[in-house]
Amino acid sequence: MFTWILRRMFQASFVLLAMTVIVFVGVHVIGNPVDILISPEADQAERAKIIAEMGLDQPLWRQYAYFLNGALHGDLGRSFVFNEPALKLIGGRMPATLELAVTAVLMSMCFGIPLGLYAGLKPNGFLGRVIMTGSILGFSLPSFWVGLMLIMVFAVQLGWLPSTGRGETAMLFGVRWSFLTWDGLRHMAMPALNLSLFNISLVLRLTRAGVRENLTMDYVKFARAKGLSPARVIFVHILKNIMIPVTTVLGLELGSTIAFAVVTESVFAWPGMGKLIIDSINVLDRPVIVAYLMMIVLMFITINLVVDILYTMLDPRVRLETKA
Amino acid sequence: MVRVFVRAMAILGLSAAAASAQTLTIASSAPVTSMDPHYHTLTPNLSAHGHIFDRLIDQDATGHMIPNLALSWTLRDPTTWELKLRDAKFHDGTPFTAEDVAYTLARVPKVKNSPASFQIYTRAVVATEILDSHTILLKTASPYPLLPQDLLQVFMISHKLGAEPSTEDFNSGKNAIGTGPFRFVSYQPGNKIEMVRNDAYWGPKPYWARVDYRVISNDAGRTASLLAGDVGIIEFVPPADLAKLRTDPRVVVSEVVSNRSIYLWLDHSHDATMPEITGPNGEVLPKNPLKDLRVRQALSLAINRAGIVERVMEGAAIPTKQYLPPGNSNHVDDLLPDPFQADRAKALLAEAGYPNGFRITLHGPNDRYVNDAKIVQAVAQMWQRIGVQTTVDTMPWSSYATRAGKQEFAAFLLGWGVNSGEGTNPLRAQIATWNPERGLGTANRGRYSNPAVDALIDQAMTAMDRGERDKIVLRAMKMAMEDVPVIMLHLQKNIWATRKGLTFAARTDEETRATGVIEVKP
Repeated sequence: MFTWILRRMFQASFVLLAMTVIVFVGVHVIGNPVDILISPEADQAERAKIIAEMGLDQPLWRQYAYFLNGALHGDLGRSFVFNEPALKLIGGRMPATLELAVTAVLMSMCFGIPLGLYAGLKPNGFLGRVIMTGSILGFSLPSFWVGLMLIMVFAVQLGWLPSTGRGETAMLFGVRWSFLTWDGLRHMAMPALNLSLFNISLVLRLTRAGVRENLTMDYVKFARAKGLSPARVIFVHILKNIMIPVTTVLGLELGSTIAFAVVTESVFAWPGMGKLIIDSINVLDRPVIVAYLMMIVLMFITINLVVDILYTMLDPRVRLETKA
Repeated sequence: MVRVFVRAMAILGLSAAAASAQTLTIASSAPVTSMDPHYHTLTPNLSAHGHIFDRLIDQDATGHMIPNLALSWTLRDPTTWELKLRDAKFHDGTPFTAEDVAYTLARVPKVKNSPASFQIYTRAVVATEILDSHTILLKTASPYPLLPQDLLQVFMISHKLGAEPSTEDFNSGKNAIGTGPFRFVSYQPGNKIEMVRNDAYWGPKPYWARVDYRVISNDAGRTASLLAGDVGIIEFVPPADLAKLRTDPRVVVSEVVSNRSIYLWLDHSHDATMPEITGPNGEVLPKNPLKDLRVRQALSLAINRAGIVERVMEGAAIPTKQYLPPGNSNHVDDLLPDPFQADRAKALLAEAGYPNGFRITLHGPNDRYVNDAKIVQAVAQMWQRIGVQTTVDTMPWSSYATRAGKQEFAAFLLGWGVNSGEGTNPLRAQIATWNPERGLGTANRGRYSNPAVDALIDQAMTAMDRGERDKIVLRAMKMAMEDVPVIMLHLQKNIWATRKGLTFAARTDEETRATGVIEVKP
């Protein structure tokens, strides 16, 4: 297990390195951040001065060398726009995105699994069909549109929920969190639902398919023949077996929910990392782009690792180390 | 006991209600990148900082200069300005004096890693001399009549902050101490700024007890927040929502023609042809057709500006042929927007030797100005009608900004906002011949050059008398724009929308100020 994790880490560092090279070259090809940031009234001498201050007058390979040197010392550079360390900037926005994404994934489990179970057990019932049809909408409706509709209905027409923003926050471990206050939860309800719609549909369909498949299996027949109660058959035996694909998908989806929450964040003016990275890409704020992508890559690697370990716990047949 | 409790609850309830009635929530359209007022020359920053900090000289809603911390500014001799200062107090109680002015002017160029330094507004001042606590002399190297306009952008900070106050300390609030109508409470980057009323403010007592300055950059989200009643005022109302909001009884729209013009640069830098312009069958042209005035006029006459303003901009602009709006003292009254005359345009093209037109690529950004890509597409179709085969190429601003500055494009859309509201600004930056040594033509991306206009600009730059300078500026502007260095399209409108019961005096400088939001009692 230990060597296996080590090997994974080694591979991960290569992925990281390759990613930073791609970003450096890519941003360099797109354009010069100074042309975007500088006041149009600045003269040519001031422009040259700013370019030198940011180190953009150096050849690209040297800029990359400086970056690598800094990165080895835990410094990913300062944002061109905010003049703050990129990591600090991202760290400041991370809690907002994390709590939103985790809430959304929890919601997709809470709604998706029961609905999927029901649809799987009663595939021909009216409700089962409604659930399945509804899940198609959850897949196919674009989330910015759904977000706006949610705002129009629940904030503008009914006035039940606040339209945008993060609301009141409370401090925990020196970080502002919304889920600790009633106002914050009210602000979080719509964006979290919007973000989870896709995942609810996904989990629902996976669960349904799993239930349908497992119902016909011998172990279920055997359990029934043994006289186990239907509840025990469903909630202990079947559920346990369908959790493996659901766990895999949810794990991966947690990563993409965090990485791609940007649409929801911008519709609901949720001050998370997604907004930051889009704004940074628009102004070619390279330190922030690099730091953010490094973090996302690390996150995906970690999640995959955790999912793999979870497999072994859910399914004793899975072994991490294959003997060569 | 019960009665006391009930009364206490009533008082609490009342004060809570009063507090919420006195809170103004502003929805701004773009993030404020710092609380350091000298870090980044960016309109959202200026707009937010104006609540906490004061300038020496301010402008009113229509762009006229008015005293702020400086009561008067007069010329002692051609290179010395004398400023008389007001009695004001910083939020920490220390009085504002001439020392703070000298300190601020010295600090601006020293801000570290500024991506867009305020130095451009203070570079003219080479020395300061404090006469007494409320009088200061500002010296310039050569006669510089535009110093008051430059000072419009410079916020005053206290010399108590010591040597080299850091940008981080402004963001944390430690240094965010001004003399303005509101005091700093908190700054959450990309989310909001909270402020409370400065009860010791030198001016009229601000109406709002609290101001929440929120960032809602998504257009639809901003409109929805206003309709839901979560915010009191939104800025940059998206044109798509304008028609609906104008008729909505829950909302009041206020608008004014801005100093931001949208125009097409034409390339003047290539004498021979460039890849973006070819003959009607793709053949190489012997010379750059855009160097011919008749071609430039034809391209301008081919554009139906009224149509663009009405259909593409949904009425959120007015057609123009110059940088400043009617009513500005540097607006040339007899310089009217070019009419839409496709026939005359065709005749002019034939006269210039292009009876069958030519091929051109029209470039534009697609995420920078209001409806930028749509405007470019509309213009391309109009050019097509006079026989100029136009290909449209739009791209994100991040790659466009760099390429547009390298003379790679033949015709390309850009915008220019005149912050100072004063005509030498576009003349110096855009029309004057590109000259790095003298810092002229810095934004002259088409490399237009007209010695006669250059001479007038030089004259205007040293004319210390405002009336005399205005006359020269008007002449230079007319001479330049009739030569069609750029094809002017329209001036955007600045549009705000407030909840019913509130009004806002729309500002030409794009700033959203809580002090301008007034509650009207029904």
